[in-house]
Amino acid sequence: MTVAVPPFEAFYESHKVEVFRFLVHKLGPDRAEDAFQETFLRALRAYQRLEHGEHLRAWALTIANNIVRDGARRDRPQGEMPEIVTEDGRPAYEELAPLTDGLPPKERAAVVLRYGYDLDYDEIGAALGSTESAARQAASAGVRRLRKEKE
Amino acid sequence: MTTEILTSDIDERFRAAAAAEGLLDVAYDVFDDTAIGPLLVGVTERGVCRITFDPEPERELELLARLHGPRVLRSSRPVERLHRELDEYLEGHRRDFDVEPDLRAQPDFYLRVLHELARVGYGETTTYGALAARAGNPRAARAVGTVMNRNPVPIVLPCHRVVGANGSLTGYGGGLHRKEQLLRLEGAIL
Repeated sequence: MTVAVPPFEAFYESHKVEVFRFLVHKLGPDRAEDAFQETFLRALRAYQRLEHGEHLRAWALTIANNIVRDGARRDRPQGEMPEIVTEDGRPAYEELAPLTDGLPPKERAAVVLRYGYDLDYDEIGAALGSTESAARQAASAGVRRLRKEKE
Repeated sequence: MTTEILTSDIDERFRAAAAAEGLLDVAYDVFDDTAIGPLLVGVTERGVCRITFDPEPERELELLARLHGPRVLRSSRPVERLHRELDEYLEGHRRDFDVEPDLRAQPDFYLRVLHELARVGYGETTTYGALAARAGNPRAARAVGTVMNRNPVPIVLPCHRVVGANGSLTGYGGGLHRKEQLLRLEGAIL
């Protein structure tokens, strides 16, 4: 049985403090305020389309992270790439996505969030619903596995 | 670190913005301080969909989400007008409500009965049987009792004005003492 989508109030109350902390950490207290509003307004706009209530914490943190990224992109002069870019100019996370296709889901998420999005391990732990050290282990296990596949 | 604390200002700003953008299925609030005890009230874009005495919020939110959609959020601005009208009514300064009930989630028989109920005026009483007759089924007094008991918006739709054929108060979803309090307020009983 799948988990039912909770009333938005319950979702918001469960995650608002953590999302705000995440945004303060990424943007500082002043810019975190607007980003916080935008995070939960976006969640609310998409809320009716949710099909189940699983992984809502990771979902909320992903939206917050997207807003941080969008803001970083807007704040830069035109033509300059905001993300970690690879040689052909594509953002690193786009390049990583197909490369990591074969990894177990948790390792793949950890590798992409670490090397594609440049998140810290505590943030990755938060997004995956586990701990900082588990995120670190998952990322390094993923990298080891990729090296092995290459050999 | 004080800067990481989510202040109530920021929290309330989000709740107001969510309502202002029309993103909510139901905006609700809890009034702890009314003359008739704590009330949870819910409103949609169309009107009042819920008034509950002595609410258990968690259960109420699940119910509202099931009936109206999952975007249920506490937000004080959308319920301000209802709050004011309830206060005025409970202070004896208002006889009719201007806010509209939103009865979209109600089954057909309930709708007919609730529409008839809305026409029972301030300070009057009627009986379950009489209301059943006006809703087109004189023998449905007991069913009307059930509709009254499940009235989604008591006070605004005045189920407290419906009493037994022998004049006894019979029953009330919010407790008989509240039915008595409301009828006394309206001067329907002494």
